[in-house]
This record gives sequence, C-alpha cells and structure tokens, in this order.
Amino acid sequence: MNVLVLVEPDDELSLQAVTFARSLGGELHGLAVAQADAPVDVLHVAEIDGSYAPGAVAATITQLIDRLDPAAVVAPGSDRGNEVLAHVAARLDLPMAANVTEARGDEVTRQRWGGSLLEEARIDCDLKLMSAAPFAFTTGEGAGAAAAPARIETFVPELTPADTAVRVVDSVSTSTGGISLADAKVVVSGGRGVGSSDGFAILEELAELLGGAVGCSRVVTSAGWRPHADQVGQTGTKVSPDLYIACGISGATQHIAGCKGAKTLLAINDDPEATIFAHADYGVIGNLHEIVPAIAAELRKVRET
Amino acid sequence: MKRVPITGGKMVLTEDGQALQTRHLGFTISPHEECGVEEAVRIVEAETGEVVVLALGPAEAAEQLRECLALGADRAIHLRSDEEWDPQATAGAIADAVRAEELAGGAGPFDLIVFGNESADTGNYQVGIRVAYALGLPVVTGLKGLALADGRARCEQEVANGRDIYDVPLPALVTVKEGLNLPRYPSVPAKLRANRKPLETKAVTPPAARLQKLRLVVPEGQGKQAEILGRGPDAAPAVVLVMQKLGVA
Ligand SMILES: Cc1cc2nc3c(=O)[nH]c(=O)nc-3n(C[C@H](O)[C@H](O)[C@H](O)COP(=O)(O)OP(=O)(O)OC[C@H]3O[C@@H](n4cnc5c(N)ncnc54)[C@H](O)[C@@H]3O)c2cc1C
Ligand SMILES: Nc1ncnc2c1ncn2[C@@H]1O[C@H](COP(=O)(O)O)[C@@H](O)[C@H]1O
Repeated sequence: MNVLVLVEPDDELSLQAVTFARSLGGELHGLAVAQADAPVDVLHVAEIDGSYAPGAVAATITQLIDRLDPAAVVAPGSDRGNEVLAHVAARLDLPMAANVTEARGDEVTRQRWGGSLLEEARIDCDLKLMSAAPFAFTTGEGAGAAAAPARIETFVPELTPADTAVRVVDSVSTSTGGISLADAKVVVSGGRGVGSSDGFAILEELAELLGGAVGCSRVVTSAGWRPHADQVGQTGTKVSPDLYIACGISGATQHIAGCKGAKTLLAINDDPEATIFAHADYGVIGNLHEIVPAIAAELRKVRET
Repeated sequence: MKRVPITGGKMVLTEDGQALQTRHLGFTISPHEECGVEEAVRIVEAETGEVVVLALGPAEAAEQLRECLALGADRAIHLRSDEEWDPQATAGAIADAVRAEELAGGAGPFDLIVFGNESADTGNYQVGIRVAYALGLPVVTGLKGLALADGRARCEQEVANGRDIYDVPLPALVTVKEGLNLPRYPSVPAKLRANRKPLETKAVTPPAARLQKLRLVVPEGQGKQAEILGRGPDAAPAVVLVMQKLGVA
C-alpha cells in the first residue's frame, strides 16, 4: 500500500500532515514542489516552472496518483493544502475530507466550526483525499519518523496551459514592521466590553509594555473599532502566544477557536458567569477599564525596583 | 451563501447526535459569504448590472436570502432542501443552478461568481473550487482584496505576512474571506425593499452522500475552571506575578 503526502517547504503543518500520513501505514511517498525535506520513504521532487499555480500542483498529484495508485492522498490543513486537495477532488470527481483528526478505514473524524465541533464521517471511495487538521498531530522525534533518509526522485509532470493559467503574478508584504498577531508571545485582546475604539488605548499600552500585539473579537471589527487584521477567531487569525489576555470578551466558541492554541489564557471580565472563565487558566473579575491600567502600572513599578 | 446558526458559548447536540441543538439559537449568513455579498453589491453599485444570491438550505434559509437582498442583492434563488448535503453534491446542485440561470437569463454567463473560502459550519474548503471546475472557470481562493478592470480580476490572496496577487480574466470564480470589506448594516428602507425583491424557490433532493456524516461529537473541553486572581484593580500584583512566572513580564 502507498500513501502520498503533499509537503510544502518550511511548513510546520506539512510535517504534521506527514505524521498523519505515516499513521495510515504502507510506504509513504512525499510530493515536494519546491525544495522540501520530510521524513517520508520516497520524496518526489516535482519540477514545475514559475510561481505557485494550484492547478499545476493538482495536475502533478493526479499524475502521481496514476503512477503510485495510493490508498490515500494527504495534504496539510493549510489554506494552500486544502486548496490543492480540492482541485484534485474536483479533477477526479472524488469525495474529500478537510481537516481530519483521525482516520479508521473508511471512517474519519474531521473538524467542523474551526475545530469547535467534530464530525465522524464515512468516505465512500477507495482513494481517500484528506487534509490533516492543524495541530492535531505532533511532529519531531518519533512522530512520523522514517527509518532511513528519503529516497529522492525527480518527477516531471506534464502540464497543460490550463493547469498554469491561474498563478501568482506578484507578492506584496503587509508586514508593518511591528510584532504580528500570529507570532506574538503575548496578545492583549479586547471585546465588546472595551466599549469603543479609543478604549483600546489601555490595551495597546499593556501590549507594548509586554512586547506583544493587540487582538480583538468580531464584535469589535464589525463595529469598526479595529481592523479585521486584529480579529482573533474562526474567521480571523489563529494565535498561539505564551499568554493571551482576553479583556471584555465573553468566550464564544468562534472566538475560542482562534485562541485555544495559547499556552496560558487570562480573562478579565466583569461577569463572573462569563463562558470565558471556563476556557481560562486565570481570571480577574471586574471592570477592565480599571484593571488593565492597574496591571500596566504594577508592571512599571516592578520593573523599576 | 449558507445559513448557519450563531452557536454562542457552547456547542449542544440533539439527542441523536446528528445536528446542533438550534432551538434557542439565532441564525446568520456565514461570515465569509456576507463579505462576498457586500463585495458583489459594491461592484454593481460602481458599475452596472445585477447581483443574484443563491442558497441551498432549508425553508428558513429564505430569511438569510432576504438579509442578502437587504444588503443590496437584486434577486435570490433558493434551492430548498431539509437534508444535509455533502460538499460534492452541494457543488453539483449549485453548478446546475448557475447553468440553468445562465441559459434562462439570456444575459450570458455571470461575470463573477463569489463563494466563501469555507463554510462556517461544515468547513469543507471545496465547494467553490468544485463549481469552478464544473463551469470551466478560473478560480482564485481566500481573497482579502479584489479589483475588477478591463475584463480582468486582480485578486489578493492572504498568505503569511502578506498577499499573493493573481490576475485572471473574467468570467471567473473567487472565494473570499471575512475582512475583504466591512459589510454594511442594512437600513430599514433597505429591509423593506428586500421584502419586495424576487426570491425564487426550487425544491431539490440530494444524491447519496460520498462524504457521509455519521454523527457529530462535541470535543472534550479542557475541563478548565479559571483560578480567580482577584477582583478589580487590586488583583494587579497577582497578575504580574503570573506574568513573571510565565517569563513574559
Ligand atoms: C460563523 C461565525 C464566525 C465567527 N467568527 C468569530 C471570530 O473569528 N472571532 C470572534 O471573536 N467572534 C466570532 N464570531 C462571533 C462570536 O460568536 C461572538 O459574537 C463574539 O465573539 C462576541 O464578542 P465579544 O466577546 O467581544 O462580545 P460579547 O459576547 O458581547 O461579550 C462582551 C463581554 O464583555 C464583558 N464586559 C462588558 N463590559 C465590561 C467591562 N467594563 N469590563 C470587563 N468586562 C466587560 C461582558 O461581561 C461580556 O462577557 C463568529 C460568529 C459566527 C456565527
Ligand atoms: N448550502 C450552501 N448554499 C450556498 N452556498 C454554499 C452552501 N454550502 C457551501 N456553499 C458555498 O461554498 C463555500 C465553501 O463551502 P465548503 O466547501 O462547505 O467549506 C461556502 O463559503 C459557500 O459560499
């Protein structure tokens, strides 16, 4: 039995996909479009000219499917992984299961609602197309390890103009030079309880003191208090800081979907019954407009002594 | 556009584990698609033309179609079914409906077809791409920016720390993400107008699912109960101690 896994260069989610693919058994074949390294048995390095074109990667996968006759094709649960896999599914008119956390023969468990709900489903097809749910699989030592270094094989796909018609023609950076929300070690996040756009000044001050970034809930972006780039959650950014401070955020599942990767969650809320306290490690009950500046003042005081 | 429940703080299932218990919940337009509707309306406001909105869903999905009409769409098509459709069948039904509309309308193909990047509830990440293949259209996914000019679409796709740019000829299909724009709040007159706009309903039945839902499961919570550090600003020293312990102070 063969299993084929798509690996992108320097991509943690690809390594997680390898762990999942390895767990399916059989000989593990990797497909790398650019130079990528992965603990697989055979690594097919595809020669595709030019910038990223999802159709070209999908065509390469379908040609490798013809050659290897795999029992499963696994993609990372990234936007790109899911995109390429959906192209493959559309080309072959096969079912596809996105963000799978576990596979048992014909059955899979997959994420709905950004991971807030699980679905057990049956895939009615011998060839299983699955993406691996982000952070459902571990990587590194032991996990997904191959016995020997991968055998490298060059693969030259036959591509038509249609395969490469849609491709990246340019890239722009949106980095502002500051600490990005996705990478920040501390995120100070505000919800409806902050009350206004100006109300975020105290959160910004605390974030700056901690070398962190400011996040917010969807209520805040919908109200126009903060740009959508600051939104944490299912339809915003997923963050994984060492400390996430949720100020005036109730703890809706769609918000939690974006911050459950945080190592520690501190909630500041004036409602002791707020759902957020059931997700938090630490809580402070009270008015955030008094508590947040007090924390900033205390930090300054401690640093001075 | 898909109708989805606003689940709030906790996912609760029906007794048979087949669906979310939605008796006490409100419903909304899946957020990515709300931005999709807003974008389509802005394009037609700036140029000319017509925005048609389509949903496959239960009778109640008509409420969200009316919301889309209040956002400025011109007319709605409702593929009505109480069944849950798998993504492959959903794409098939939507592609069929688009083809039928293009034949009947006589106006030729839609210049632009907009989907969400993924539906909020089932998150299958595929319906738009499948429809693009069925209709033979170029497809760009995950848009956070879109500009149309000279019969082409300049698409900005969100990637880590930036945007990848695609430039495709129209007609095209795009999938969009929340943040593409800030959808308007419909005014009261817009809501009243929406009630008079055409909404066409067609009953449909699903083929056998090839990704067949067996049951839903609520993931195990972390079973946490926050350690309360205190009440009010007096808790600040305890908070800073925690920060020091975590090495972030
Ligand atoms: C499909 C879908 C996707 C969604 N995606 C996202 C997403 O990506 N991100 C997201 O955040 N939401 C998302 N939502 C919305 C989500 O369901 C909630 O509506 C939202 O997260 C609530 O925001 P909030 O906590 O700021 O507001 P509320 O729920 O109104 O909570 C405000 C909280 O602030 C507290 N408070 C008020 N005043 C103070 C004060 N002075 N001091 C301290 N506490 C105070 C209150 O006790 C309350 O707990 C989504 C919803 C749907 C349906
Ligand atoms: N039942 C439906 N009715 C209308 N559009 C849908 C439906 N299901 C999915 N879509 C569209 O397809 C996109 C991707 O869905 P999915 O593949 O389920 O993640 C959604 O964001 C919607 O734009």
